[in-house]
Amino acid sequence: MQEAPLKPPSNPPTPGLQGFVEDWSSDQRAFKKVSWGKAMMWIFLLSDTFVFGCFLVAYMIARSSTVTEWPNASEVFALHIGGVELPLILIAIMTFVLITSSGTMAMAVNCAYSRARKPTALLMLLTAALGAGFVGMQVFEWSKLIHEGVRPWGNPFGAEQFGASFFMITGFHGTHVSIGVIFLLIVARKVWKGEFDRDERTWMCSGKGDYEAVEIMGLYWHFVDLVWVFIFAFFYLW
Amino acid sequence: MSQSEDHEEHQQHPLKVYFVCWILLFVLSAGSYFVDYVQLQGLLRWSLILIFMMLKAGLIVAVFMHMAWERLALSYAVVLPPIAILMFMVIMMFESDYTALTRMEEFSP
Repeated sequence: MQEAPLKPPSNPPTPGLQGFVEDWSSDQRAFKKVSWGKAMMWIFLLSDTFVFGCFLVAYMIARSSTVTEWPNASEVFALHIGGVELPLILIAIMTFVLITSSGTMAMAVNCAYSRARKPTALLMLLTAALGAGFVGMQVFEWSKLIHEGVRPWGNPFGAEQFGASFFMITGFHGTHVSIGVIFLLIVARKVWKGEFDRDERTWMCSGKGDYEAVEIMGLYWHFVDLVWVFIFAFFYLW
Repeated sequence: MSQSEDHEEHQQHPLKVYFVCWILLFVLSAGSYFVDYVQLQGLLRWSLILIFMMLKAGLIVAVFMHMAWERLALSYAVVLPPIAILMFMVIMMFESDYTALTRMEEFSP
């Protein structure tokens, strides 16, 4: 592998607040030193933030304006394991699985920038497996609640809006995780086949050794984890 | 047009940063689960949940998503707009209080 010759930057962008003002008022591009792919992923994630933000605000409205008691999440999501009632245990395991997958994704991104082809692909596969495990546990949780009679229009535990909020918010998040798993598998396959090491230009790769697609994939995956942090706090712990 | 502005920076950082962040996320998650497990109630519960939540979110965005190393132009474009959601939340808090009040007036026996 040959290092690209280091050219002295002829006109480095100014750091700090001054640089921020210069970037936003500059010609042609506001996000300097960031590829279009990464900038667009951030813009997409920002729009997704608004989608989830609106869901959580809607949940807050439903919960604070209902006159019947809201179901106690700590009891609804409890599991009997070995004769002991453990509150929220499945949700806690799901949280740890998702954080672990975020960690392996960060490792994958790090390996990608060392252009270590196989470790990157394997770490992405591990991330996808953990994500699939998360979705599996969510399926278990959904079927358990449906079995207990939770429906979008009512449930045996309390306020009727509970079911609608729960299925809407966790369903949308689960969809994001599932799409993430599919995308992880696609990018991991490309990495494994060495498509980012070829001297050709594709929509994911601008040339030999351009592994940025892995980092962009990572942004999406960490965002899924980020959303779960808020769902965990507001829906399960509140 | 200078070359340097078009050159994209790669985000490579020492592994230690990620491991420390990872461990902190585990500890914070365990902390928020612990809040529920010992059934803390009242102000202590809400403040601990919110503090753990914000710390976790901050760590993920800053370290895992590399926001701490991006230029301010991108950080501000992403971090500032969600303030609108906070405003929306505050407005709807008043609105839902009012709805709850009218429901209690009209429907309570």
